[in-house]
Amino acid sequence: MRIGVLVSRVRVEEKYLVQALEARNVDFELIDVRQVVFDLQAADEWQQYDVILDRCVSHSQAVSVLQVLGSWGIPCVNTADVVQVCGDKVSTSLALVASGVPTPQTRVAFTPEAALEAIEEMGYPVVLKPAVGSWGRLLAKINDRDAAEAIIEHKSTLGSYQHSIFYIQQYIDKPGQDIRTFVVGDETICGITRTSAHWITNTARGGQSGVCPITPEIDRLSRAAAQAVGGGVVAVDLMETRDGQMLVNEVNHTMEFRNSIEPTGVDIPGKIIDYVFQVGEGVPVGGNGRARAEVTTVAGGQA
Amino acid sequence: MAVVSCPECGADVEVGDDAIVGEIIVCPECGAELEVTGLDPVAVVLAAEVEEDWGE
Repeated sequence: MRIGVLVSRVRVEEKYLVQALEARNVDFELIDVRQVVFDLQAADEWQQYDVILDRCVSHSQAVSVLQVLGSWGIPCVNTADVVQVCGDKVSTSLALVASGVPTPQTRVAFTPEAALEAIEEMGYPVVLKPAVGSWGRLLAKINDRDAAEAIIEHKSTLGSYQHSIFYIQQYIDKPGQDIRTFVVGDETICGITRTSAHWITNTARGGQSGVCPITPEIDRLSRAAAQAVGGGVVAVDLMETRDGQMLVNEVNHTMEFRNSIEPTGVDIPGKIIDYVFQVGEGVPVGGNGRARAEVTTVAGGQA
Repeated sequence: MAVVSCPECGADVEVGDDAIVGEIIVCPECGAELEVTGLDPVAVVLAAEVEEDWGE
């Protein structure tokens, strides 16, 4: 078994994953995507990997690299399709809606005029998000028409073309916290609450994490959301409205978990590596498991 | 434990023995993010700025 780990920035999470690989005495190699050059007519050198674990920090690079590797029949965790769906909020919402997973009301518009009309129709407040982006960046809670006009104009004028795809979401008045669960294959392995006085609760933005018991409803929604985007290893963000309705907000494909191990007591990197190992061995597992005709096992050691 | 000079402010920055090429460390003096680019000898450069499509 030889595992390739795609990285572009070795964060705490990647170090934990390396430690988990070393603890299992697995043959693996860290592959810096910034140095990768694919010869699209020469797949042979990549066939040395039984499975690829993607930990790229760049969404667009990850999608492209995984498309190449996936087309060559190399199992990837996660697949290009999953990364594409999770990395683009429009695609995520479409997948959740198509699977009947409850998610906030969402509209997508393509001109400033249409965006303003959609916002007025939805009523204030709404949240405007970039379709591609993470860590709670560039989210705007719009409380009135003045703010809507200003933010839409700024996005149209200052942003890249992607900011002219207006992803507008119903604002959920969640009671000071939301929930993040971690789904590996078919299992919701753990969850945290993210608490903040600010309406943005991402831990990257200062939200404090605490353990969240996995109720049957949270488990069901988490696994349904994971399945909706194609499965694999994902983190599901859920919000509970004040009247108790649970909604799935986002699904993350290369989740960070440094702040979630201690409160949950769950060995998240270990669970991920065990799953990757299963995928590499062709074991039928939820999401990314694609059986391979032949699996080469390399004894011990590490790259 | 190796000590390198921060390329931003010149402060001494400790790099642990378990460092990995590509790892991000933070200069304790100026807060700059540094990327470990070599282990023998230990070398660091200023890490790339966060780009719009970065995330989890």
